[in-house]
Amino acid sequence: METRKTFDRELQLLQDEMLAMASMVESALIDAVESLKRRDMAWSRRIMAQDHQINKKRFAIEEEVLSLVARRQPMASDLRTIASVLEIAGELERIGDYAKGIAKINLLIGEQPLLKPLIDVPAMAEKARSMLNRAMEAFVQRDTELARSIPQEDDDVDCLYDQVYRELVTYILSNPKNLEQANYLLWAAHNLERAADRVTNICERTIFTVTGELTELDTDESKCNLQ
Amino acid sequence: MTAEEIKLETRNYSMYYGNFKALENITVQIPAKQVTAIIGPSGCGKSTFLRTFNRMNDLIPGARIDGKVIMEDQDIFAMDVVDLRRRVGMVFQRPNPFPKSIFDNVSYGPRVNGIKDRNTLMEIVERSLRGAALWDEVKDDLNKSGLALSGGQQQRLCIARALAVEPDIILMDEPASALDPIATLRIEELIRVLKENYTIVIVTHNMQQAARVSDYTTFFYTDESRTGQLVEFGETRQIFTNPSDQRTEDYITGRFG
Repeated sequence: METRKTFDRELQLLQDEMLAMASMVESALIDAVESLKRRDMAWSRRIMAQDHQINKKRFAIEEEVLSLVARRQPMASDLRTIASVLEIAGELERIGDYAKGIAKINLLIGEQPLLKPLIDVPAMAEKARSMLNRAMEAFVQRDTELARSIPQEDDDVDCLYDQVYRELVTYILSNPKNLEQANYLLWAAHNLERAADRVTNICERTIFTVTGELTELDTDESKCNLQ
Repeated sequence: MTAEEIKLETRNYSMYYGNFKALENITVQIPAKQVTAIIGPSGCGKSTFLRTFNRMNDLIPGARIDGKVIMEDQDIFAMDVVDLRRRVGMVFQRPNPFPKSIFDNVSYGPRVNGIKDRNTLMEIVERSLRGAALWDEVKDDLNKSGLALSGGQQQRLCIARALAVEPDIILMDEPASALDPIATLRIEELIRVLKENYTIVIVTHNMQQAARVSDYTTFFYTDESRTGQLVEFGETRQIFTNPSDQRTEDYITGRFG
């Protein structure tokens, strides 16, 4: 094992960076929805600014991946790990973008009060965050069983999305003036639904890292699926 | 792999130096007109295995074998060894041109085989030097000593010398390990071109080189007994991205060896 001490340390640091990025993204997701719920414009602006930090982290990970490939010429499971980290960092960046989008929606809604107190949207955010957190755990532990089980929870997020959709349509039908805000809120929910989809992609990378197989973990037959 | 695609084959092949068993029970099929790399830690029997195919191990006192080595349905140990070595050329780690002119180096084999006509020899020399991607660099000075060439050129001269007797198979024992990176890349490019017409078996310590140049990879391993065993044979792409055996994984990722 001694022969690889430095390389193993470099691989560990790379994965630590990825975990740090995931943690930033988890916070952004929850905070963005919370700032929308509380109508806290200043907070939303800070979240939007912080997305820059997430993107910088992604670039740093990409640079480290390229450096490792060039210096170490990784093979087999090392190569799969490094390729997966790059892919996961890309997925995390996109989830960060969804969080930023939700913060922006808060600004776009402006001074109007919310049509209704937000309940399902924060539930979606918490569900997506929890899925992301466990997906990262599955990757770090190389736990394929956990990685396979998480995408099944995507149905719950889809169901919440359908619920939000139906509710907002009712608001629009009852008063067409609600159209604009309902549309914004639907877009926020859509962002969360997409965030959960990207967690599935991360789980696929865990399977790839462990087994070398590229498989889709999507559940095609969602109970409730508007897409 | 279908039968007609197999050029070389070993069946339950074991090899001994006196009482020492150097290779144990190797069964492998080497596909025709493909590059097969042999990798493994030092002392695992890679070169011994390679030298089986032109019976160079016969020269070592006390060497004996069990099992069969087949080249196109013929048992190589039942073949005339001179004929076998004409059909199975070899290139070594250190370029070893004869202390003769470039022309004489390349025409040596054909001359030994009885070709005397100067024009025929000239044709063979040109064709072989072109085949080894050396012609353009030496065509104006074929009388220059082979030893006056650079290391990379000398190695290509040795490849031209092997091609001159029109072999079917070329064995390469770490052919680029004594060369600089550019000369190494030239040899690797050449291997890619040569495989259109020849079956190539290459021993290399350089994992990236094996991954770059070969179509199939054979991983040899040895334990305290120092007897070489075949652990895994497969498509190079699979061996280097997702090997089946943990020992292959550990070796190619530098966990031992």
